[in-house]
Amino acid sequence: MYVAVKGGEKAIDAAHAWLAEERRGDTSVAELSVAQIRQQLALAVNRVMAEGSLYDPDLAALAIKQARGDLIEAIFLIRAYRTTLPRLGASTPLETAQMAITRRISATFKDLPGGQILGPTFDYTHRLLDFKLAAEGGVPPAPTAPASLDAVPHVTSLLNRDGLIQTEAEGNATPPDLTREPMEIPTTRPLRLQAITRGDEGFILSMAYSTQRGYGRTHAFVGELRIGTVAVEMEIPELGFSVEIGEVELTECETVNQFKGSKTEPPQFTRGYGLVFGQTERKAIAMSLVDRALRWKELGEDNTGAPAQDEEFVLMHADNIQATGFLEHIKLPHYVDFQAELELVRKLRREALAHGEAAE
Amino acid sequence: MTDQTAYNFAYLDEQTKRMIRRAILKGVAIPGYQVPFASREMPMPYGWGTGGVQVTAACLVPEDRLKVIDQGADDTTNAVSIRRFFQRTAGVAVTEATAEATVIQTRHRIPETPLTEGQILVYQVPIPEPLRFLEPRETETRKMHELEDYGLMHVKLYEDISRHGQIATAYDYPVKVEGRYVMDPSPIPKFDNPKLAGNAAIQLFGAGREQRIYALPPYSEAISLDFDDYPFAASKADHACDLCAAPDSYLDEVITDDQGSRMFVCSDTDFCASRRKAGHIGPMGTPMAGG
Amino acid sequence: MTPEALLGGFTDAPRQSARAFRAALEAMSRPGTLWPLEGAAPPAPLSVAAGVLILTLCDGTTPLHLGGSYDLQVVRDWVTFHTGAPLVSAEEAHFALGTWADLMPVDRFAIGLPDYPDRAATLIVEMPSLSAQGPRLTGPGIAVVAHLNLPETAAFRANRALFPQGFDTYLTSGAHVAGLPRSTIVEAV
Repeated sequence: MYVAVKGGEKAIDAAHAWLAEERRGDTSVAELSVAQIRQQLALAVNRVMAEGSLYDPDLAALAIKQARGDLIEAIFLIRAYRTTLPRLGASTPLETAQMAITRRISATFKDLPGGQILGPTFDYTHRLLDFKLAAEGGVPPAPTAPASLDAVPHVTSLLNRDGLIQTEAEGNATPPDLTREPMEIPTTRPLRLQAITRGDEGFILSMAYSTQRGYGRTHAFVGELRIGTVAVEMEIPELGFSVEIGEVELTECETVNQFKGSKTEPPQFTRGYGLVFGQTERKAIAMSLVDRALRWKELGEDNTGAPAQDEEFVLMHADNIQATGFLEHIKLPHYVDFQAELELVRKLRREALAHGEAAE
Repeated sequence: MTDQTAYNFAYLDEQTKRMIRRAILKGVAIPGYQVPFASREMPMPYGWGTGGVQVTAACLVPEDRLKVIDQGADDTTNAVSIRRFFQRTAGVAVTEATAEATVIQTRHRIPETPLTEGQILVYQVPIPEPLRFLEPRETETRKMHELEDYGLMHVKLYEDISRHGQIATAYDYPVKVEGRYVMDPSPIPKFDNPKLAGNAAIQLFGAGREQRIYALPPYSEAISLDFDDYPFAASKADHACDLCAAPDSYLDEVITDDQGSRMFVCSDTDFCASRRKAGHIGPMGTPMAGG
Repeated sequence: MTPEALLGGFTDAPRQSARAFRAALEAMSRPGTLWPLEGAAPPAPLSVAAGVLILTLCDGTTPLHLGGSYDLQVVRDWVTFHTGAPLVSAEEAHFALGTWADLMPVDRFAIGLPDYPDRAATLIVEMPSLSAQGPRLTGPGIAVVAHLNLPETAAFRANRALFPQGFDTYLTSGAHVAGLPRSTIVEAV
């Protein structure tokens, strides 16, 4: 006798309890604290903040803990939380020229005002597993230097002085927000930048890489990459001036792209732009390449049919929360659709076989 | 603090609900047209009913009795999960009985029991664009809807006929609404298509990831696309339900052993249980208490 | 701002607006049927139903046009305080409020775009009374035929001819609302 499967509710409860136990792991091993994650897995925290579109290192660390280290799951937790937050106001535009810099490099000039600062980078580490880290141990303090009070102008602003690089439009218009308005294609550059900065790091990286390999090549160099903290200010109408409400760590990348000119533009350098929460260097560089590739129309370049030039393709597939949800939904029951297909295939086979026999 | 006080009624904030409500009303005013809306990131994954959940959240009133089904069944895990979400966040009563429900959220089925005035059927929609698999670009499909240019769809259906001798679409079968927009009815089996038309209930469709809402007002015309010489035919497994003996309900095929034995049971679990309670027993069914 | 402007809103917005929306949804889905709308006490000359509709559907993102006899300081203050809706000309409006005479000529209102017909205005027309008598209505949402005492037929027939573009209409009187979407075919009897 057949009894229909029941007990979905019980199964869900049991699964959640098991998941909680697995998350904790062996209880004889000390539990991770949120502070440890924030301090010692800071780059994971940064990625969760960037793609979660919420600057809160403690919450991002908590999400990583809850998600058992699955960063896309952690980003999902942050996104779902973010949607419920009220919008109290908007900050004034961030002044990245005023950044308190921890790292700043340029691939285009050997030296420049403000200097190059290598900062805490993996760049020249030899990727040899450090077995000392397997044992706990203190780290000797790094050498320090006094902070420079010199201005650190953007490299591209130096080029701009000679008219050698394309001038970017400035404006006080409120940028669009794809988390509050449905995306409409074709879109605008501010919206594209928002979509890319919160897009999946892996996807943006691959798109950027594809341009380097010739699919929509843009001849990019890193004009400047800077990482540091920037003050966030808000205008308080009652006060009549803006006040600093905090600071955020950002990575900003501007590429300088060779450009021979087009039907509409004179020969000059052009740029791609990347701005991402936290120390997120790979993402910021990738973002600036993808941004530049998507600007083909505005610069009068040819559409070579490269994936990275295709705004709809890039923007509709960059979001890992959308992608992972839809990808994984195919594990939900599809009995009904499958049954409909089953009946159809049986019918088509029956008819095809009958047809074959009749022909013989 | 209970979940009901930690979150706003029906989870979404009031501004978000207003935005969704405005989109629903425009959807109702333009039957079959997909209204873009600023879909929010819900605490469940995209593709798992976020569009339906947002539409339901925007429609629910405290007095509602909510039914949630997935594949026609009330006890599939995702249906259970969504039902619990609204019990927690809206405190609404829930039911498995189609006739008692005021709002029904569904994935992939229309209940067998005819719906009535006062009911709302909310569909979870994965891909709202009926032309999407013929033309992947939104910019292009939007133009086709604008120009009422559905030639591509007819070509596809016609190619089916020339290859297979019939239209080889078994679910997600497109309909033309009120003589204007071609609409994706969500992946319901084509067996359910006739129930879309002339339905007394309000039918709302929510696609969260794709940010679209659309609607069929009550008693709307929704004609399954076909050709004069190859008319649309709703189809199902050629059996009666083995549990309740219903000859006319949509059936799931269940494999019962590794020898190829199988049975057919109603996909609509409420319909099947009601019939058994009323004394209709199929060859493999057992009488159910109540009635 | 007049003290009156601060009063008369919802006391329990989440639940009251949910119930009001359900009535508004039924009204728009079943053209010509009357639905109760209660829960707000807007200043005269607003009807309760019109006030409730505005509280339920309008906010800072939905520009509202106030027709002649409704373009009063007390109404402006009330709408601004309770919804934050920007007050605009007929051409820019997402919503418009007034008597039929106030809203004439109605061809000023947005009818949406050929590819985005949803970007159209919703008119809230205040009526001396509402009854299921008068012009004959057929179309989506109507099983056979309905009747409603519309202020006229020509404008609604012209609007229907624009389908799928066109404005959508709520008619309000006292604590009742009826809906007339652009899809409804209106005929004089």
